[in-house]
Amino acid sequence: MNNIKHRRNKKILTAVNVALLLAIYVAVFVAEQVLPQTSMLFVVLKKGSIYALIAVSMNLLNGFTGLFSLGQAGFMLIGAYVYGIFTIPEEFRQSVYQYFDGGVIHFTVPVVIALVMAGAAAAIFAALIGLPVLRLKSDYLAIATLGFAEILRALFQWKIIGPVTNGSNLLRKFPNFNDFNIKGADGKVAVYLSTLIPFIVAGICILLIVLLIRSSYGRAFRAIRDDEIAAEAMGVNLFKHKQLAFVISSFFAGVGGALLAMYQMAIQANAFTSAMTYEILLIVVIGGLGSVTGSCLGSFLFIAASEWWLRGLDGGTFLGINAPGIFRAGFRKVVFAVIIMLVVLFYRKGIMGDSEFSAKRIAERFRRIFMKRKSKIEVVENE
Amino acid sequence: MATDKNTVLAIDNLTMKFGGVTAIDDLSLHVNRGEIVALIGPNGAGKTTAFNVITGVYEATSGGVSFGGSPIPKGITPDKITKLGIARTFQNIRIFGSMTVLENILVAKHMRTKQNVLTATFRLSRNEEKRVRREAEELLDDQGLLQMKDEIASSLPYGLQRHLEIARALATDPQLILLDEPAAGMNPQETQELAAFVKRIREKHGLTVFIIEHHMDLVMQISDRIYVLDFGKLIASGTPKQIQTNKRVIDAYLGSVEEDEPADIKPSALNAKKEGAVNAES
Repeated sequence: MNNIKHRRNKKILTAVNVALLLAIYVAVFVAEQVLPQTSMLFVVLKKGSIYALIAVSMNLLNGFTGLFSLGQAGFMLIGAYVYGIFTIPEEFRQSVYQYFDGGVIHFTVPVVIALVMAGAAAAIFAALIGLPVLRLKSDYLAIATLGFAEILRALFQWKIIGPVTNGSNLLRKFPNFNDFNIKGADGKVAVYLSTLIPFIVAGICILLIVLLIRSSYGRAFRAIRDDEIAAEAMGVNLFKHKQLAFVISSFFAGVGGALLAMYQMAIQANAFTSAMTYEILLIVVIGGLGSVTGSCLGSFLFIAASEWWLRGLDGGTFLGINAPGIFRAGFRKVVFAVIIMLVVLFYRKGIMGDSEFSAKRIAERFRRIFMKRKSKIEVVENE
Repeated sequence: MATDKNTVLAIDNLTMKFGGVTAIDDLSLHVNRGEIVALIGPNGAGKTTAFNVITGVYEATSGGVSFGGSPIPKGITPDKITKLGIARTFQNIRIFGSMTVLENILVAKHMRTKQNVLTATFRLSRNEEKRVRREAEELLDDQGLLQMKDEIASSLPYGLQRHLEIARALATDPQLILLDEPAAGMNPQETQELAAFVKRIREKHGLTVFIIEHHMDLVMQISDRIYVLDFGKLIASGTPKQIQTNKRVIDAYLGSVEEDEPADIKPSALNAKKEGAVNAES
């Protein structure tokens, strides 16, 4: 009896979750058609969804498997470059690779295939460096992965491989999100899809990561995080599973890098600094290590705060207060740092801890509030 | 000596050195199918080290371990040894604290499920997942832990965490289970329950049990045979009765026999002359 009720409740909650997600996608679609394209909202939505994917991929490694890796920017760089190199249309190659005689690659692949290739290239590189690197633990692993990311950044600017990577010059003119807008007969955009596309790609990737985390392999990952020695004693092959988490995380970081390239419309190896990895680490920690929804929420909040809400702090006017003496270039970063410190002080385990934002959680919250009221009323009645 | 078909675990001339320290010195012992065998000795005698060598955490300096008649290859990782059929618990509880009770069991079943990362992610091995869940719930039901299957493991009281750790070891489908001080921190009544429990899992799962324990009541009550280690050396082996009366064991570990058992003193004095030559098979 109880079991049946429990199962029905579970089904309802799942349906509510799915409905909530769909509602978000519909809202994004509608907003894009209605609001002006120049609105900062779209910057936040596009970049936020891309960062959400990268943050979740980092969380898979750092939060769910307990491997402290700082190589994310390196894998994003690989993804971005692979995407750019294989999607620049032939007619633009001569101008993009102007210092390298049009480059050596003279074919293009469709965007979807290029995205998969971007992930695959990052994954293959991860599999290769995983052999030596995953023997290390905690801080040592972090230093080694950070080192590899920095090596990649230098390597991709190397002149010798310029005919492929364009050296230290920009890669440009590859398909970006605006190319997905559907144009009407008059040449004007009829249906805007430039924000929905990153949402959809990131959404699919995050869904795959969630499915993995909730499978038997995800449990093995979490077991490794909780207690490596016990996990091994229970038959979990440590190296195999760490390697798996590392490769899968890098795959999605690669896809995220490609999406970031699409968003920025240009790729330069120099931009994939370790500071980029720290930004993502910050999102993961603030959202909650071991919480997928935490990483997503964290990334939108992070992007919104740094790119939009606090912008006035650099520009002279903030919240209607005009004080050019204080609110000038760089002040935004000071305030942002203080906010982050406050968040970490009050939410030690991040906004979500290691639990997930879902209909179930909301329902339980409401039930608790309702129960408290009810018991108060009962107390009053008894008196 | 340990080539018997009945022998599940055999340790032959095992030596384990850490730098200049010899933790285990030329240890040989064997455990027969269906037996409950105890390994006792003072703190630092090398008991847990022996377990760690058996389960592949340490690689022996010399000598070897065989399981089910064939030698365990050197350098093989602990997970492979678990897959062979040797499960263990830990002296300090090592459950997966942030996971639920059921998930703890499911992790132990992970290695024996027929799936790969793709079929698992894309839910193509649903039946396998269902089978594993059913088996895990059956095990929890049998262990009386089913009603708390969705509790976070670290929130369980100490005794139940120990219980869960044993249940998790059973979930790996072992032939041999190594229990490292399962009664540590338990009161006399819990210790009694544990004794009955160990006997029960032996019957029910057809297990062989190798146990390290300091609670002598428990050891004497459940063991078929006992090995005694002191400073890495085997100083005695035999039935509980033989061990209780062994002079060397009394000197090294058990302490002098209490006064209400004067009858036991004499045979122990006799045994003292033989000094460690006591053998269960004799």
